[in-house]
Amino acid sequence: MSGNTNASLFEFLLRQGDNTLVLGQRLSEWCGHGPVLEEDIALANIALDLVGQTQLWLALACEVEGTGRSADDLAMLRDVWDFRNLLLVEQPNRDFGMTILRQFLFDQWHLLQLHALAESSEDRVAAIATKAEREVRYHVERSSEAVIALGDGTEESHGRMQGALDRLTPYIGEMFEADAVDAALVRDGVAPEPARLKPAYDSAVAAVLSEATLSMPSVPVAQTGGRSGKRHTEHLGHMLTQMQWLQRAYPGAEW
Amino acid sequence: MVSEGGNFCEKSKRNFGKIPPRPSVEVVWTWLADVPDPEIPVVSVVDMGIVRAVDWDDDTLKVTVTPTYSGCPATSVIAMDIETALRDRGIANVALKTQIAPPWTTDWLSDAAHDKLRAYGIAPPSPAGGPTACPHCGSANVSRVSQFGSTPCKAQWRCESCLEPFDFFKCI
Ligand SMILES: [Zn+2]
Repeated sequence: MSGNTNASLFEFLLRQGDNTLVLGQRLSEWCGHGPVLEEDIALANIALDLVGQTQLWLALACEVEGTGRSADDLAMLRDVWDFRNLLLVEQPNRDFGMTILRQFLFDQWHLLQLHALAESSEDRVAAIATKAEREVRYHVERSSEAVIALGDGTEESHGRMQGALDRLTPYIGEMFEADAVDAALVRDGVAPEPARLKPAYDSAVAAVLSEATLSMPSVPVAQTGGRSGKRHTEHLGHMLTQMQWLQRAYPGAEW
Repeated sequence: MVSEGGNFCEKSKRNFGKIPPRPSVEVVWTWLADVPDPEIPVVSVVDMGIVRAVDWDDDTLKVTVTPTYSGCPATSVIAMDIETALRDRGIANVALKTQIAPPWTTDWLSDAAHDKLRAYGIAPPSPAGGPTACPHCGSANVSRVSQFGSTPCKAQWRCESCLEPFDFFKCI
């Protein structure tokens, strides 16, 4: 593999691992605070799946990078500007409806992306995607059911879900944007062209939203900059102060 | 005293000279079948389909394990338990290898595991995507409480006949 291809693959693996890490951390903020026990357990389990997938993606990133950094180093010792996650996943939990809607918008994309990555020309990427896809099928099923139940629920729950959709829709576009990293991966057959996933995403999301009696607002400009690392929202830094506080306060501390 | 000392020397010489027999992989499999799953101790790591391969590489025993769910916290405990069990049997060099492809599936649970799970109060996985019967009373009148349960591999169900809640081992 050429150095350039390796650099693109490393960048791609950071994007994969940072999406699941940041969303997993967000979900774990609910632990012990869920509206009902079953929901609390479900959110914790989904967080666990996502953090487990993070370990696989970031461990592979380290292997590709080859400088001796570990997945823990990547998770705990980088600052905001080095994270490559979608802006969507770093948005704060706010209420339960916002958390569920954020999850739904991500899960639908995540499943389609993993399904395509299972055919990756890079065997190690295909192996992780195949494993993760099985777990994410359950995530999609649950978040879709919850969006329908809350959207088509009471006046209060409907209003909150529509509010969440209005607030989060601007972050959808970033999932389908492409740059030079994507071009290199598409050329090598490692990952699908992001835009290729959009028709299936739009129709899957529309089907659930219609059953949930929610309407997708029209958004003139997508909010982007997370996956490229150009610009994160203010929320990521606050989240990292929680997630990384121990390593920041006691550098190198171990169990 | 002299003769005792002599005997001792002879004994220890005999022991030093003897190379302990390397157990066959079949024997190692039977040992591993005694290592319980840390979260569902009625089934072994072999019943669960977590142990994928056992091979000798010179004097190192290589054990290949596969994680159930990516984030299952039991994975590292299982690796430690396997290593401890083999060291207790006198195997000095154990190398554990984690393999994620092909991914673990509930199809790898042994038939014996299905029976053991049921007896323990956990409905075994079934292709229907839900339990066929309540593990407590056998009633088919069951309903889902949540697709997520006490561990990543289980969902929460309830029996409408005996009204008891129970875990269902999710298909993956
Ligand atoms: Zn029953």
